Amino acid sequence: MIQRMNWRQGLSVSVTLIGMLAVWQLICVLFAVPAYLLPTPLDIGSRLISDGDVLLRHTGITLFEIVAGFGLSVLFGIPAAVIIVYSRYFSQAVFPLLIGLQCVPMISIAPLLITWLGFGMITQVVIAFLIAFFPIIVSAVVGLKSMEKEMNMLAMSLRASKLQIFLYFRLPRALPSIFGGFKVGITLSVVGAVVAEFVSSDRGLGYLQLVANAKLDITMQFCVIVMLAVIGLVLYNLVGLIERIALPWYRASRGGE
Amino acid sequence: MRSKEIVIRDVEKTFQTRGGAVQALSKVNLNIEPLSFVSVVGPSGCGKSTLMNLLAGLDTPTGGVIEIGGERVSGAQEGNAVVFQRDLLLEWRTVIANILLPFELHGVTWLDRKDRTTNRQLAEDLLRMVGLEGFGDKYPFELSGGMRQRVSICRALIQRPTLLMMDEPFGALDALTREQMMYDLLRLYDQYKCTVVFITHSIEEAVFLSDRVLVMSERPGSVVRDIKIQLERPRNLSTRMDARFLDCVKEIRGVFQSQGVLAEV
Repeated sequence: MIQRMNWRQGLSVSVTLIGMLAVWQLICVLFAVPAYLLPTPLDIGSRLISDGDVLLRHTGITLFEIVAGFGLSVLFGIPAAVIIVYSRYFSQAVFPLLIGLQCVPMISIAPLLITWLGFGMITQVVIAFLIAFFPIIVSAVVGLKSMEKEMNMLAMSLRASKLQIFLYFRLPRALPSIFGGFKVGITLSVVGAVVAEFVSSDRGLGYLQLVANAKLDITMQFCVIVMLAVIGLVLYNLVGLIERIALPWYRASRGGE
Repeated sequence: MRSKEIVIRDVEKTFQTRGGAVQALSKVNLNIEPLSFVSVVGPSGCGKSTLMNLLAGLDTPTGGVIEIGGERVSGAQEGNAVVFQRDLLLEWRTVIANILLPFELHGVTWLDRKDRTTNRQLAEDLLRMVGLEGFGDKYPFELSGGMRQRVSICRALIQRPTLLMMDEPFGALDALTREQMMYDLLRLYDQYKCTVVFITHSIEEAVFLSDRVLVMSERPGSVVRDIKIQLERPRNLSTRMDARFLDCVKEIRGVFQSQGVLAEV
């Protein structure tokens, strides 16, 4: 049943999208909007195909930065959250600092990173990492701390060891919250990588966007936006798909969302 | 494993809170016969749950000694199982996986196919006994409150406990489900003979289920009356109309009245 609902929803979303593109096309044609101000969807479509190789190459670079940055933030964020939850010092002294740091716009340290790390891809990866790191660590800490006192009593009565309490009780209990952090993190990673490319890069979609802008090539800019939208959607839904496979009990218990 | 005698001597418990020390239990003395069904009734906050936690080794007394079979209780022990007021099922595990959790925590390896199938059989048998046949592969969120609590009772019984402790297990259920759960519990008690310590605030529930009812005073809690229930087993609907049943209920009400816990307007 849920399957059928998805299929129907998918249909109505695509019909709406096609309708909106049609209106856009119509407006451009009817009012003779010049192509250097607003290209038609068909222009953009044909450009996507004709310049496909360039776009794909830069997309690959940006995609790599996003995935590497996000991957690093998961790799460091989850163990860091575990340390914070189990260590009094870290939860009392370090965690509040981390939350405070979250308020600093990570983009603002991009120029510093260029000074330290240079113009290479590593700067982009580090920014994508930093920007995704905080939501991931914060939601993992919240999730890992959400085990109820009674649940702990049950675990004790079952004579579970500390490690077993973590693996059988605490971690599974935290997974929905952890995945929530992943979803925010992956979206922010896309933003981080692109903005980092704006600031310092000679490749990637952010760079392509700047070059197209300088050349007043507005169709190309739209192509970049399309590619970024595709990346964002695909990655977000990939995380959602993994969540659904890993936590079959969770979505269903929320009435399928 | 055989059930053993429980001896509780001069047990006291004081909690340190921000508002100062709160004495929850004062000088509790008890002997509990093996295989008996003992209920503890008392007003909220009288320390009956505290007493159970001490007995289960989930907390340590500030004074006195608790011994099971001559051995001093320190920490949760093998052979003990606890059912809490909340069912505390793990939402991410199916019903069967919830019931098998105690085995998984204690060395039934994944590789041991034979153990796994026999254990699964045990769990299925238990489910059948509580009227949940065929629910094994469902997730907890698909069950009602009463069904969930039945599953948590299965999780306790699969450990083949010699001492089963239940802390207001039916407290969160509606009246009708509650009554049905009492009949089911008696049937399980017949089948899985073990000592049962049952915490409740319902006088009728305590009398109906037990061989012996301990009435506790308000905080600091202590046992103020120890009543033998002379009703033969198996007990059923008509037991609740029996004059002796009603007498026991009246007697306990009387204790609460004299304690000022119950007052007529």
